[in-house]
Amino acid sequence: MGFKDYCFRKSLWVFHFGGASCNNCDIEILDCLTPRHDLERFGILLVGSIRHADVLLVNGSINMRDKDRLLELYHQAPKPILVVAIGACGCTGGIFAESITFAGPVDAIIPVDAYIPGCPPKPEAIIGAIVKLAGKK
Amino acid sequence: MAVNLFYFFIFPGLLFLAVAGAFLSWFDRKISARVQFRKGPPLFQPFYDFFKLLLVKETILPKHGSPFVFLLAPLLAVFGATMAGVFILLPILNINTGFRGDMLVIFYLLTLPSFSFIIGSLASGNPLAAVGGSREMKLIISYELTFLLLIAAIIMKSGQHFDLNTIIETQQSGTPFIGSISGVLLFIAGIFCIQAKLGMVPFDMPEAEAELASGIYIEYSGPPYAMIKLAKYIMLFILPAFLIALLMNGMKPGIGILWVILKILGVVLLLILIKNTNPRVKIKQASGFFLIWMNLLVVIAIVLIAFGL
Repeated sequence: MGFKDYCFRKSLWVFHFGGASCNNCDIEILDCLTPRHDLERFGILLVGSIRHADVLLVNGSINMRDKDRLLELYHQAPKPILVVAIGACGCTGGIFAESITFAGPVDAIIPVDAYIPGCPPKPEAIIGAIVKLAGKK
Repeated sequence: MAVNLFYFFIFPGLLFLAVAGAFLSWFDRKISARVQFRKGPPLFQPFYDFFKLLLVKETILPKHGSPFVFLLAPLLAVFGATMAGVFILLPILNINTGFRGDMLVIFYLLTLPSFSFIIGSLASGNPLAAVGGSREMKLIISYELTFLLLIAAIIMKSGQHFDLNTIIETQQSGTPFIGSISGVLLFIAGIFCIQAKLGMVPFDMPEAEAELASGIYIEYSGPPYAMIKLAKYIMLFILPAFLIALLMNGMKPGIGILWVILKILGVVLLLILIKNTNPRVKIKQASGFFLIWMNLLVVIAIVLIAFGL
């Protein structure tokens, strides 16, 4: 692993995209940044602008209106960017998979690097996935 | 010539300022984490962030904007911060440059990073960046008068000397300026000015994570954002150093190196604690705070200095 990759995996900045979510996954994601779990010890920060992001977290089912926004965000992000689909809805569509406004799971729209299943996934599962993702790159 | 280049690029110039500022930035994040009962980032975190932005990430230029000004602004910020740092640190290290009147040059160079952030944000063509830029402008108008009055008070207290070297010598032969009532008042005003200049939390409306999504820096990505980070690291180091040179007698040789490090860490700790215990104020409140209360404080200090207190 080179110096560049080492710096990249030690400093993953996260941008959070919530689709048509029921907000449970959002709460669990915010839980990871609280004092109890503290993702900053891995160098992970939540950033407000997609231009600063290294990881795009996507949760919630992606419906037809969300699809355009998600694509736009993905094209605006500076590459390389990692995409993580969180929760049952992000990974497969979950209970919304047969809905008429459903526009496909996240990996049908943009390439996904990691899936975190669960409804909602525990904060420990999210941290585990992020650490594995940092090791993979 | 070679000596000057060494001063500007290696020590106490760009390289030294960047490394010292990066460690201070780690100190900031670590202490903030400890205040919030978190563990905090590892020691080399600012270096990982900087090199990731510089080497790995892609630069995106805004579609509706001026790419040349947009890319030039971060370089201008780093240039201003580095020049100011060199002019501040040479007198602290007891190297006499023979430059009389460098206080005013330092004052103007210290405003250069804020101005270039405004120019860069307005050149990006993003509405949120424009709001951030106009807030930064109002903030500059608020605190610059206080900062100028503070410098005027120091000049008056040192007996009409306009160069930092003589001001430090005056303090080292007598008592440090902070050992008097007027010095304490000036120190309070100086701390708040530094807080506003660094964009730390009571006065961070230009970047306002929650409402403007990092405002003036919103369109920057990759190497230009790394330059902005670098300018911010350098500012975090040189502004406390400037306050120490003005009020706390700079650095004595020998064991004084340890003292000056402790003094800088102490001032930065004070800034971090103010940052972590205060909410963000509105721009109107910040203007009122500086234009009325802080100016009043400095004017009282000037009156006290005129009476020799």
